[in-house]
Amino acid sequence: MTSTVQKTPAVEQGSRKASRVGRPHAVWALPAVLFFTFFAVVPMGLALYLSFTSWDGLGDPRPVGLDNWKKLLDDPRLTQSLTLTVVLTVASWAFQTVVALLLGVWAAGRQRNRAVLSAIFFVPFLLSSTAIAILFYALLDPNFGIIQADTLGSQSGAFLAIVFVGGWQFMPFHTLIYQGGARQIPEVLYQAAAIDGAGRYRQFFSITLPQLRHTITTSTVLIVVGSLTYFETVLILTKGGPGTDTAVLPYLMYEAGFKQYDFGYASAIATTLVVAATGLSLVLVRLTGFGSMRSTREGM
Amino acid sequence: MSHDTLARPAKTRRPDGGEPPTAARRRRHWTRRANPVAGLGAFVWLVIVLIPIYAMLSASLTSADKALTGNPLKPPTDPTLDNYNTVLSSGFGHLLTNTAIVAVAVVGIVLALSVPLAYVAVRTRNRWSNAAFRLFLLGVAIPAQAVVVPLYLLIAKLDLYDTLLAVILPTAAFAMPVSVLVLVGSLRDVSEDLYEAMALDGASPSRMLFQLTIPLAKGGISTVVIYSALQAWNGFLFPLIFTQSDGPRVLTLGLFNFVSQFGVNIPAVLASVVLSGIPIFAVYLVARRALVGGLMGVGGK
Repeated sequence: MTSTVQKTPAVEQGSRKASRVGRPHAVWALPAVLFFTFFAVVPMGLALYLSFTSWDGLGDPRPVGLDNWKKLLDDPRLTQSLTLTVVLTVASWAFQTVVALLLGVWAAGRQRNRAVLSAIFFVPFLLSSTAIAILFYALLDPNFGIIQADTLGSQSGAFLAIVFVGGWQFMPFHTLIYQGGARQIPEVLYQAAAIDGAGRYRQFFSITLPQLRHTITTSTVLIVVGSLTYFETVLILTKGGPGTDTAVLPYLMYEAGFKQYDFGYASAIATTLVVAATGLSLVLVRLTGFGSMRSTREGM
Repeated sequence: MSHDTLARPAKTRRPDGGEPPTAARRRRHWTRRANPVAGLGAFVWLVIVLIPIYAMLSASLTSADKALTGNPLKPPTDPTLDNYNTVLSSGFGHLLTNTAIVAVAVVGIVLALSVPLAYVAVRTRNRWSNAAFRLFLLGVAIPAQAVVVPLYLLIAKLDLYDTLLAVILPTAAFAMPVSVLVLVGSLRDVSEDLYEAMALDGASPSRMLFQLTIPLAKGGISTVVIYSALQAWNGFLFPLIFTQSDGPRVLTLGLFNFVSQFGVNIPAVLASVVLSGIPIFAVYLVARRALVGGLMGVGGK
């Protein structure tokens, strides 16, 4: 951040000898690229290939053309699951953004009580998704739980439980992001606004919110990508139920592959998931400039 | 982000740092001003955070036969550690050891591979290094769920099924994109002048990496350590699919199995959840600043 002045084009182009020597060869990046390609990129290609085959995990995959894709398009659970994902994403976004933004801005104040409460608010994040899902599974048990009703047995109950548990778990992280963001807002802006007679709420809407727009983007991207890949919570809390009411795409894929051993069909679902995730990320990157991380740092 | 640069001098000035006294008082007034409405909201969230935690602790101290009849919100009448003993004698230590091995290995692999890559991406600006960086930028969007089926095939072909390596390798690969982004952001802050000074002394790229870049990028590196360790510690999908037997079982999967193993013995299940949280909670107590600061780095850059 301190080197802005020095990073002039002349130096970058290496007109002086000193800036050309001592640069690592690009081959240093090769181990990382090969490793990631082998465990993430190649499997993505393989998923596409497997989606055109029938394979039960034993023996060799047998080509079946478009069978899996036809089956997927005719599967009523696909539409249900896509709709569910959208609703789940919107609900999680609204819940987590509103609460985390308010808590984060509040926690950005330097008061002692705010620091103490922030430390407590962070605790849920120390538990794994698995542990949290199990905790709420136990607490929502109709025989044992706090709420003496079969919450997870009804469609809306199960859905709300997933949104709430996700929020309970990830709120600390998003609060932390907003707290960091709010502390970056120049104090002078508030001083100027106070001199102009702006009250607390006016200051929040006219300074805090607009100044936090990059933070809101970061947090939103993370929530959206996170909701698309919700799995542990669904598996443990509802097993996709009641019926298939909370069967998100990753859960459908898991069931097709590792319960019914229909890996071809599971791969078709997985490919759909990749397309949805990549498409969504690209749209978000376009809309928000999240990908221009390099160039935003450039000016600092 | 130009306002950041403008604001920096103002931010570093403390209230007692030579500003006119009235302005100083006004600012202190602003940052310290109590906000009762927000305070009430924060209190509500405190209750929402604490009730499940309290119910968990309280139930884990209640004997199994009493748990079903009592109200989980009432403090246990005669607390017992039986549930904890049940969990500890069901191989909890083994789960913990496995998870620690996975976490250390994942952090090691992620650092060993991502640091050189980020170093090249920042220092060597050519077609190849840009392509490598872009691979990881796009890699952020690859959901782990989307590749488990083909990875299962690869893992089986490599004869790694049901081993700790089957968990370690994919977990490390999927922790890399975010790690690379954080490291590139952090390595870019190392001043060009320092590199030039070292280059004039005839330093090799690897000497620069170890003597200059790594010491100066400690913040980013610790963020990556925390991030990848948490990914490994909390990972569930890869262990679920790539392991089966007791041997390579990790903590998250062990918890999942306790649910069916203990069945209706909910207090024992909750005791296992409490125990699984203790190691990270201990780290949090000891190194709260580093942990929180590191996570802020993941989100903030």
